[in-house]
Amino acid sequence: MRVKRLVKDESKCIGCGKCEEVCSQAYFKEKNPEKSRVRVKGMEKWNKLTICTQCGACMEVCPTQALKRDKNGVVKLNKNDCVGCFMCVGFCPEDAMMQHDDEREPFKCIACGLCVDACPTGALKIIEY
Amino acid sequence: MRNKHKILMEYKYKPKALKHGYTDKMLYVNVGENKIEEKDIPEEVKEKFIGGKGYGMRYLWDAVNPDTKWDSEENEIVMSAGPIAGITQYPGTGKTLVCSISPMTDIPIDSNVGGYVGPYLKFSGWDGLEIQGKAKEDVIIVIDGIEGKITIETAPEEEIDGHLLGEQLTEMYAKDEHEKRQISVITAGTAAEHTRMGILNFSFYDIRRKVARLKQAGRGGLGTILRNKKVKGVVVKSKPVKGDLNNPFDQSIINKTGIKLHKEIANHDHEQNNMHKIGTAALIDTMIEFDLLPVHNFQYGTHKDAVKMGNKVFINKYLTQGMVDGCWYGCSLACAKAVDNFELKTGPYKGHKVVVDGPEYENAAGLGANCGIFNPETIIELNFYCDTYGIDTISYGTSTAFAMECFERGIINKEITGGLELKFGNEEASLKLIHQMSKGEGFGKVVGQGIHKMKEIFAEEHGADPEFLFDIGTEQKGLEYAEYVCKESLAQQGGFGFTNKGPQHDEAWLIVMDMVNNQIPTFEDKAEALHYYPMFRTWFGLLGLCKLPWNDIVPEENDKTDEPAKIPEHVQNYLDLYYGITGQTITPDDMVRQSEKVYNFQRVFNIRMGKGLRANDKSPYRMMGPVTKEEYESRQERYDTQLKEKIGVDPEGKTTEEKIKILREFRYDQYEQLTDAVYKRRGWSSNGVPTKEKLQDLGMDLPEVLEVIEKHL
Repeated sequence: MRVKRLVKDESKCIGCGKCEEVCSQAYFKEKNPEKSRVRVKGMEKWNKLTICTQCGACMEVCPTQALKRDKNGVVKLNKNDCVGCFMCVGFCPEDAMMQHDDEREPFKCIACGLCVDACPTGALKIIEY
Repeated sequence: MRNKHKILMEYKYKPKALKHGYTDKMLYVNVGENKIEEKDIPEEVKEKFIGGKGYGMRYLWDAVNPDTKWDSEENEIVMSAGPIAGITQYPGTGKTLVCSISPMTDIPIDSNVGGYVGPYLKFSGWDGLEIQGKAKEDVIIVIDGIEGKITIETAPEEEIDGHLLGEQLTEMYAKDEHEKRQISVITAGTAAEHTRMGILNFSFYDIRRKVARLKQAGRGGLGTILRNKKVKGVVVKSKPVKGDLNNPFDQSIINKTGIKLHKEIANHDHEQNNMHKIGTAALIDTMIEFDLLPVHNFQYGTHKDAVKMGNKVFINKYLTQGMVDGCWYGCSLACAKAVDNFELKTGPYKGHKVVVDGPEYENAAGLGANCGIFNPETIIELNFYCDTYGIDTISYGTSTAFAMECFERGIINKEITGGLELKFGNEEASLKLIHQMSKGEGFGKVVGQGIHKMKEIFAEEHGADPEFLFDIGTEQKGLEYAEYVCKESLAQQGGFGFTNKGPQHDEAWLIVMDMVNNQIPTFEDKAEALHYYPMFRTWFGLLGLCKLPWNDIVPEENDKTDEPAKIPEHVQNYLDLYYGITGQTITPDDMVRQSEKVYNFQRVFNIRMGKGLRANDKSPYRMMGPVTKEEYESRQERYDTQLKEKIGVDPEGKTTEEKIKILREFRYDQYEQLTDAVYKRRGWSSNGVPTKEKLQDLGMDLPEVLEVIEKHL
């Protein structure tokens, strides 16, 4: 199966946070980096990007199989089946399964590409493997 | 099959939503009178008894009287999950505590169990469930939390064995495959009807395996009571599970605490206990290494063949890896392992390919090593049949080991066993016994009565020496010991001996701390540990929690803390969860105090029912030291050294019998000194009775409690 996913080039990231803004605006109707599915953190020498690789580790630990791959290989959460246990958050090797206390369920990148379009430097790309 | 059900009683209700972990409602079902009622749980009961086992003991006390026996009409099965149970974010938060007057001990038993029943009862509006009375024909109780309807229905055609009935009832009450996850079922099994060691199976639907899996309220014969009441099963149907159904005071702190532990488990379980790969059977190798694995009725601590049932064998060959094996949502420790596609070789289900829940450590040690059986496939087969027939693996293993030793020593013979060559290691004989228990036939029925009754039968009917039977019969208060050799750990002898319900590993497990690490050398140290740990661990039973995520995974920096054995960071996690649910800030001392209230109440309950005094806390010598010449000589160097160094007696020139006698006197004296120290620390009289001052201090000087103790002070 092909997998559509986000890839990053941290050397190009200027830490402007446009990716976070557009993501949280699209899915939570507010500009709040803590509700973004992609995260930027300024380190001493560079900007660190946290992105989901669609590896599927979250699917393996999900007790209700609420996390499944769609036809593009993207791992998506079915909130109806989710019991909000956050095991996926704890077991994500990339720390890219997100959680916010306003939300009962976790949330994750679905490789929609909005952040790619918003990024002024090309630090983020969507690639199909 | 459902068409054959006759509705004997229907009760409609509006499920009350949870607030801060409680509904404050108790559901009362009388299957004898076909009566269903709801009770408001008074604030005072909530404050003193918290929930879970606390509620179980309080409502059981009110239901019974000092003459109540396990099979009396008024005896109740009371279950309650506790206020934290049912959160989904923190591992080990789905436990139900089940209490009743036990057919093994004649005093209150409490047994904790995973599976979805407890949380589903809460989501259906009930902090607890009381089942009283005896039905005239086989019935089931159906609690539908979606429709708000409770029924008592006849169930003439359903199977009785747990693995079949669990499936049938799940299938029957779910409208489709997806809804099966919203059903949880309680069953017993056919052998629960014929033995005293019956268990309750609590189901959880495994959506990957598509099977209703079973966890067990194993100790003390609860399944025997359920079948005596002619209840085949209990079905609870809940609305879909969400992460906030407990309506906690502060969801945020629960989320943070849960995710922190998930990460800890993700990062460290593989380098610590490997629970996600092997579950509690992870203990096997450690027990072998430290000479603690019970072999041949606790005579020895290891065996040359023990490696055949070592950790790697179960991981590599039998337990399915990579599954989500939590018995409640959010348990990333995932110890509820299973063997898939196991083809049974014996019994009524011979040739069937089944899912076997386990084997857990106790099963492997009890069904296996303690009976001299080291073949993993036989252990798995016995494990399966124990569960589906509804028998406690621990009582089965320990009782069978006792019967085997009696056979080998000529106390019983083939005439008595009905032709069974009941020698250690005879796998076929053990399997025959278990199938006999299911049918209520042959010598299986005798072993199924447990060691306490077997001792009486062997002495009265077969002329056995009662004193020797007392020495090698590893039961106390009527309950069989759990599967750990504690001869070299005085603290653990007390950990088993001074328990409320009988010798199990739920209250105190101090072997490593005491024997391996020598962290509690003096009587006072041991007494402090035998105060703190049983109280701390009781707290789990009040709140609806599993102990494993407390100490089967530890934070990376735990060794650097002041008291690594207590795992301070995890204690803080529990305080945070308690605050998150209830909004009340408590300290570690408050936890102990909450437990002490219920613990002392249960101790007085024991006294009320005729046990619970010093005489009842005595230990069979097999659990304290070498009873026989063979045992002494198998560890001669160890015991000779102790004679020299601890007692100041030169072993040279003394016969083994003489040395056994000296060691025995010394060890009994140590046990008595420990008893004094522990009773003092717990605030009990030298006869083991909670003092009036202690009860007053705890706010447990209830008139009915004082009335019981006044006769003994």
